[in-house]
Amino acid sequence: MPTLFLLIPFIGIVLLNLFYTKKLKKLAFGTGILVTLIQMFLACALIFQIAGNFFTAIEIKYFINLSIDLYAAIILFTIGLIAFISLIIRRHSDNDEIFNFTQLIMIIMIGMNGVVMVTDIFSLYVFLEVTSVASFVLIAKKKELLALNGSFKYLLMSSIATLMILTAVAIFFMTFGTLSYEGLGAQLTADAAVSTQIVLAIILLVTGLSIKAGLVPFHMWVPDAYSSPSASVSVLLAGIVTKAGGVYAILRLLMVVFPQIVLIQEVFAFIGIISIVAGALLAIGQKDFKKMLAYSSISQIGYIIVGAACGTPLGFLGAFLHFFNHATFKSLLFVNASAVEAQTGYKELDKLQGLAGKMKITSWTSVVAFLSTAGIPPFSGFWSKVIIIIALWQVGFIPYAIIALLASILTLAYFLILQRKVFFGKTSAEFENTKEANNGFISASMILAIITVLVGIGFPFVLNFLKIKGLF
Amino acid sequence: MNNTVLYILLGLLVFSALLTAMIKNTLKAVIALAVASVILTVIMFLMGAPLAAVFELSVAAGLITAIFVSTISLTGSTTKSDQTENNKKRLSRYIYLPIIIVIVAGIILITKPGLDFTSIAMATEDTVQSTIWQVRNLDIAGQIMVILAGVFGVVILFKERSKN
Repeated sequence: MPTLFLLIPFIGIVLLNLFYTKKLKKLAFGTGILVTLIQMFLACALIFQIAGNFFTAIEIKYFINLSIDLYAAIILFTIGLIAFISLIIRRHSDNDEIFNFTQLIMIIMIGMNGVVMVTDIFSLYVFLEVTSVASFVLIAKKKELLALNGSFKYLLMSSIATLMILTAVAIFFMTFGTLSYEGLGAQLTADAAVSTQIVLAIILLVTGLSIKAGLVPFHMWVPDAYSSPSASVSVLLAGIVTKAGGVYAILRLLMVVFPQIVLIQEVFAFIGIISIVAGALLAIGQKDFKKMLAYSSISQIGYIIVGAACGTPLGFLGAFLHFFNHATFKSLLFVNASAVEAQTGYKELDKLQGLAGKMKITSWTSVVAFLSTAGIPPFSGFWSKVIIIIALWQVGFIPYAIIALLASILTLAYFLILQRKVFFGKTSAEFENTKEANNGFISASMILAIITVLVGIGFPFVLNFLKIKGLF
Repeated sequence: MNNTVLYILLGLLVFSALLTAMIKNTLKAVIALAVASVILTVIMFLMGAPLAAVFELSVAAGLITAIFVSTISLTGSTTKSDQTENNKKRLSRYIYLPIIIVIVAGIILITKPGLDFTSIAMATEDTVQSTIWQVRNLDIAGQIMVILAGVFGVVILFKERSKN
């Protein structure tokens, strides 16, 4: 089964290029949609299979060191979903480029699926690279100065991160002779006195992954990379790429390799809390719609990391749930920000006003996403934040729990400012003729808003079910 | 004796790497990078890793240099005024680089942290083959995807530029 997640997008790429004709170029969009739908279907089947043995797995075992658990299956579903949304938006906003875009989407899907499924720290590095290289191209594709600048910043930071991760991998291999997550975990737990070089390797690994994840203080590239590219790319990047790259790797390492090392958990908890607060404070001061969302992303990623840093099953449940929720509601916000930019031509908050009457669906789905981000019940963000805060309290990170709770209020504050500036208030004469966004944007935001609401309402039942099954 | 040669080579490696970053002419920078790769190849060979050395020589020193040179010949050169402007910025930006390297090297030499980098397993040619094609086939697939992404990037970005 895991091999399929790498094979299907690859077959898509091969088919598109092998039988390349002008006519078939039009089929690119369909192929992309098909690949994402198959991925979502397979991931759903896996989730049901893991949760209750409803299906028997299809076994294709070519690559031996891949594995999928419940959390990985959820993330695989999320990757399919956000890629699907991104393709729909691309189709309706910039259809000429759809052939190349679809292929890059499929490459980036292979990269992310690989990161999610690998069980070996070197393979992790390889697939992180696949994801990064494809995302540089996607950002630079717009070929405007800002986009090229964003791409170059991302390229530089990412290269530094890559170098650090690779050095750490080399040191681990020279010291322990193994690279598998389990082997490293066992060796690190067994070693009572950790040598200097292992400390060095861990510092390099933590720093490298933090750069990839865009955590404070390594977040400099995030706002430019998220806000400069075209709509479909910023949705994809902010929604899933940096999370399935850096953040997922951190979560998996905390879960399998470093579960016994309290110091690393404390370090990540600290970085996470700093990210939450700094991201939220920086977001308040922003004048640009997408940059505000980018800083908000940094803050929300902080919550995911803090949850995982608890090291308890409840903490991981909260972290992965917030991962999924953040992917949906932050993608929704980026879809809406792009829709506003496409309809009005502005992304500066000061120039926008009173669009609620003109762009009803965009406005109301934004409200759903804002409330979910701020953690207001009954939306999905509430459950994940509550679980993370409870997990923090249980393991004794009580000051952190309080800070995380208070930062939610900050989140609400900057989103209220944003909503009031962009959507509410009197419509200025300039926007009298503004129309609702095109079908691509509307259908994308409707799908994501419905998921946000449904997960919020249905989550207590899911939690109950998981508890009965003993899955957390 | 062997160690002295190694230290000299390492010094030359750092020097050519610095040149790559600081030199103003892109073509010369590429040549400096190729020189760095060649020095690295010799170091790898001396340290008993002939396979890695061959890869380094063919890919890093050969292939990558060729790609860089062809890219430079495709793109237009900047104007004179731009160049002088860039030179000023470059000097102020990179002047700290050698100083930092000297300080870091000094700290490492003085403190001598207890790092034990003796490798626990040495690969022979047979194990390299079986490792690459059997144990690490997933990474080979991943590498193919990296190359594919890079090729797509070059094709997409440069093809569209030539249209403009």
